[in-house]
This record gives sequence, structure tokens and C-alpha cells, in this order.
Amino acid sequence: MTTTIEPPDLISPEQPGGPDGRPPVEHHDEHEHHEGPTGILNWLTSTDHKVIGKSYMITSLVLFFIAGVMALVIRAQLANPNSSLVSFQTYNELFTMHGSLMLYLFAGPFAFGGLANYIVPLQVGAPDMAFPRLNALSYWLYLSGSLVMMSGFLVAGGAASYGWTAYAPLSNSINSPGAGADLWLMSLGLTGFSAIFTGVNLCATIFYLRAPGMTMFRVPIFSWNMLVTGILILIAFPVLFGAVVMLFCDRHFGTHIFTVQGGGVPVLWQHLFWFFGHPEVYILALPYFGIVTDIIPVFSRKPLFGYKGMVFATMAIAALSTGVWAHHMFTTGVVLLPFFSLLSYLIAVPTGIKFFNWIGTMWGGQLSFQTPMLFSVGFLFAFLMGGVTGVLLASPPVDFMTHSTYFVVAHFHQVLIGTTVFAGFAGFYFWYPKMYGRMLNEKLGKLHFWFLFIGFWVTFMPQYLVGLYGMPRRIASYSPDAGWTTLNVISTIGAFVLGASFLFFLVNLWVSWRTPVGAGDNPWDGQALEWFTASPPPHHNYTHLPPIRSERPTWDYNHPEHRKHHHPGAQPLPDKETVGAES
Amino acid sequence: MRVDGLFLGAIGLFFAVIGTVYWFTSYEDAGFLMLTGSALLGLLPGSYYLWWSYKMKPQVNDDPDGDVAEGAGVVDSFPGSSIWPFILGMGAMFATLTFVFGLWLAPLAAALIISAAVGVTVESRRGGAV
Repeated sequence: MTTTIEPPDLISPEQPGGPDGRPPVEHHDEHEHHEGPTGILNWLTSTDHKVIGKSYMITSLVLFFIAGVMALVIRAQLANPNSSLVSFQTYNELFTMHGSLMLYLFAGPFAFGGLANYIVPLQVGAPDMAFPRLNALSYWLYLSGSLVMMSGFLVAGGAASYGWTAYAPLSNSINSPGAGADLWLMSLGLTGFSAIFTGVNLCATIFYLRAPGMTMFRVPIFSWNMLVTGILILIAFPVLFGAVVMLFCDRHFGTHIFTVQGGGVPVLWQHLFWFFGHPEVYILALPYFGIVTDIIPVFSRKPLFGYKGMVFATMAIAALSTGVWAHHMFTTGVVLLPFFSLLSYLIAVPTGIKFFNWIGTMWGGQLSFQTPMLFSVGFLFAFLMGGVTGVLLASPPVDFMTHSTYFVVAHFHQVLIGTTVFAGFAGFYFWYPKMYGRMLNEKLGKLHFWFLFIGFWVTFMPQYLVGLYGMPRRIASYSPDAGWTTLNVISTIGAFVLGASFLFFLVNLWVSWRTPVGAGDNPWDGQALEWFTASPPPHHNYTHLPPIRSERPTWDYNHPEHRKHHHPGAQPLPDKETVGAES
Repeated sequence: MRVDGLFLGAIGLFFAVIGTVYWFTSYEDAGFLMLTGSALLGLLPGSYYLWWSYKMKPQVNDDPDGDVAEGAGVVDSFPGSSIWPFILGMGAMFATLTFVFGLWLAPLAAALIISAAVGVTVESRRGGAV
């Protein structure tokens, strides 16, 4: 059956209930589910962005927990010298799959597949994503790609074990034989296309399906960042796919693209991989910056400080991130140090603007530290530390000293946990009431935060030190004489505290499922459009829309006393009383 | 439309500049080609959008005073639900597994992909069906 998507009604004082001059629009009742299959077939056939978004979130969280358990095994192995908890081969598989799951299958899909899929159409006032069936295909490619990667553990020879970067020549068929490595490559092909399709969908949705009045410079920053992320996906993932195909040809079809013997260039893999890999870092970071930028104004009771500055900073970060790939390759000796070092330093400028604006938003606001805000502030601290050490590493002399040590490991874990975990869970706690119409428990949320926050610093601060003392990354064992034992023990204790914090999260989900506390449509007194509709939103999202006259239409509607007209000649907005209670 | 075009154009222009600088300082082909590709990725759709933004009447969602009523009408027609994305996804998975485990999986992959391609086309022609 065809579902015709009609724009929702205008709420206006003159014609409450519907604009004149056209026949009344048929509405989907709020509790109506579109006719269609039920049960598991409903899930398999759904093209609704909300169902797909939730599927993405649940799948990526499951993979996040699997990868987290791998991390705990890795830390347990390193807790004492000459440890034999797991074999060296298993250890290699574990850190490879930990990195691959976290980076390819959790961090990206959780943001651009999960939260963005659910929230972006709501924020721009669209009934669905631009290409609903393509959106569903994205999810199925993502799920099958995840299964293909995980199935590496089931085949002879085990899963891929060359690190998540799969450097040539380590990843060729002589050094890494076995089906696990091939499955890993195939999985990147599947999930890569899944990401590309989602990127296309996000760009098209934000460009074309905005509600009338939602001009580009009224789109909430989260959706702006998802647009920029979409563009970055379109730049980065095709390169990764090309590189994966070339590597597969090298492994099986006798080509010599990355092998010296046949006239190939191994370092070409690093160029291709990092031309994907560094934008990928920002594909993983920008959505989470967007989440925090949407949360901080709500819990500061203020408009965002420097909206346009935020938009241009996001664009600048994205553009620069594509010109810095070879700062991962300083020690190869064949890259242009000044060019990449300068561009890497430059990224600190727009990132600094963002920090300035976040603090400017909080400055003088009525701050309330509910769970989403706590996680956002945690993100500010964590990402600041990761970012500052990143500026250090942009300096070639420092990079030569610390390359492939635990200093680098600590740096990128602080960046990525700062963004994907702190900001990611901030977004989850923030939008959970919108998605399920029920609240998460504040006390358990705060316990989750504090365990995570303390565990995070205890885990990674010692790793900076042990890296400076010379401990290389990706080693399964070390000598007791190396002097690294104490720091590793502290780090392992921290890792288990960090891991334990997620028990509070799971209990929280269970509590909210068993004894639901109703959330209402707008529990946080939110500002962006998504808080206007019901929680959970009806099929096709909106039955009514408020007039959109600024970047925070819901706030304008709920707080008529604070309304600002952002341009001359604007019609005065209808008062809430005249509009009457819709719902 | 104009903002979209300028946004994409600016991205393309940035990569054109960076790519030129990179070529004349390093003479390294892989990075230069990738930067050129990125420049085109911004410039091609960006200039297309800009061209249209001067030719077509402004979209209501670019109008700061736009009313919801102005956007009235059918946006588009989509199938309410569709099994074909799932079938196509499974087909793609078996196609990749063919490369790993051998050609015996190829008929299954081909069957799934062809049926999904036909199914999704028929569905679109009919205006959507389950």
C-alpha cells in the first residue's frame, strides 16, 4: 500500500486546526500504526526511520558491549608481566576486533545510523528520511556486515589479527592467511556501502525535506553536523572501499598493488587508508559535537552562544580533517612534514571555537546537571585532554618519539571515549524520553556517569605515562624489568571500573522497561523542533507544526515572553493561548 | 538552495586549493588524486545547485517567513513497508561471502539480488506494495 506523505497542518490563530484555501489534510491518528505486517516481519520490512534508527542503536550497543568485553580481556592480559591469560594469536585477534568493532561498527553507526536516523528528520520537520527504502538497505548491510566480521571468530585460523588499520604488507596473504582476514575485508565493503547510503540519505533529507520556514541557518546544530558528516562519509568511505578491493585483489587475484616484489608500493595502503581514516575520526566526532551542542543550551536555559560560528567551525574541522591524513604516517619518512603538521595544528582553531562557544553558552545560564548535561560536561573534560595531546602529536618531533606507544593509545582513546561514549550516552539519555515516551532513572544515570568518569581517567592517564616510558602498543606481554607493571595495574583497575559503569546503564534500561515513568512530550523543556511532537512520535512524525521563526521553534512556542524576531518584517507569532491545546 | 550550493562549493574550492598546494609541494599522486576527487565532489553538485537556485522559484523551506501551508501537497509517495531492502541486503552479504568461501554461494546471491532488483522496481511502478 502506498503511504502518501502529506505535510502536517499549520497552527495559526486565524485558522486553528487547518489552513484555509485547501481541503483539510488527512491525518494519521497518533496511535495509528500504518497497516502492514506485524511481528518480526514488521521489523524486516519497516522503512520507518524511527524503527530503523532504533534497530541501529540496539545493534551498535550490543556490538559496543562485545567490544568492551574484549577490551577488558586485553587489560586483564596486560595487568601483569609475562601474562598468559590468552595466547598471543588470540591477543592479536582481540585488539584487532576490539578496534574494528568500536570504530567501524559502533562509533559511526551509533551516531549516523542510530541517533541521526531517528532525530534528524524530527529536527528538520520531515516525515521520514528522503529515501526510506535505501535507509532500510543501509541497516541490513550494516547488520550483515557486522555478522560477517564477527563470523571471523568461527572460521579456521581465527578472526583478522592485523590491527584495525590492516597495514600492508602485514595484511597480505602470506602474513595473514585464513578466511578471517577476508571476512574482515568483506565486512568493510558491506558496512562501507551502508555508511555511504546513510550519508546520501542524511544530505538529501537536510537539503530537501526541511519544513517550511526551517531555513538552513535555523537547522539545529546536531542536524548541521550530520549534514557535514554525510559529506565527509561521501569523501572518505569510497576511498576505503577502493583500498579494500585492491587489498583483496592482492591477496587472491595475484595483483601487486601493495607488494614491493611485484613493483607495488606498500605505503600506498597507508595513504589510502588514512585518507579514509582521518576523516573517519571526524565522522565519529562531529555527530557527537552536535549532540553536546544541542544539550548544553537546554540545560543552561539559554540560546546557543554563536550559532553561525558553530556551523562554520564544523565545516572548517571537516574540510581540514581531509587534508591531514599523513600525520599518521610521519615516521614513514616519505610524507611532507610541514604541510601535514601545519594543517593538523590548524584543526585546533575551529575546535577551540567550539569549546569557547560551549563555555559561552553555559556562562551565566541557569545550569542544571541532570544526566545528559553531566555526560556533556564529562565530554568537555575528556575531549579536551584528548584534543590537547592530539596537538602535541601534530608536532613531528614529538610524534617520532611517541609513535606506536601507549601515549598514542591513550590519546585516541580519550578522544574517542570522550566523543562516542560521553557525548553518545549524553545523547542517549537526552533523547531516550523522546524515543520511548518514558524517563530513565536520574540516580542510576548519575551513578553510571561517575563510575564511567572515574574509570576513564584512571584507565588512560597511566597509559600516557607508560607510553612515555616506552611501552609499545599491540604487545601481548612485557618483561617485569621494564618498570611498566604498576602503571598497567592501575590502568586495568580503571578499565574494570569503566566497564562496571555500564551495569548501571543496563539496570537503568531494565528499570525503565519494568516500571515506566512517563516522560511527556517535552521533559527537558527542549528548544529544537523534535520536542514539539509526541513522545514517541506518531507515524510520519508531526500532526501539527509550530511556526518556525528561529533555530529553537519549540522554545519560542512554549515561552512567548522570550520570543525574538530574527528579521525585520516578521509576522508576530501566535500566542500559545490562541492556538489552544493541541495534542 | 543557494546556501546548499555555496556550502558545497566552498568545500570543493577548499579542496581545489589544498590539492594544488599539495601537488606542487609533494608531487605525490595518490593524495593529489584523492584531493582532486574531493574537490569535484563539492564543486559539481555545488555549481549545479547554484545554477538551479537562480532558475527555479525559491523553495518554501528557504523562506524565513515560510508557512507550513505553503508546503502543502504531496511530498512524495513511498511504500509503507518493503521486504526488498532486506532481500537485497542478504543478497549483498552472500555475494561478499562468495569471494571468501567459493563460487557455490554465487547462485544464492544472484537469486536474491535479482529478485530484489525486480521486486523493488515493480513495487515502485505500482506505487508501492508489500
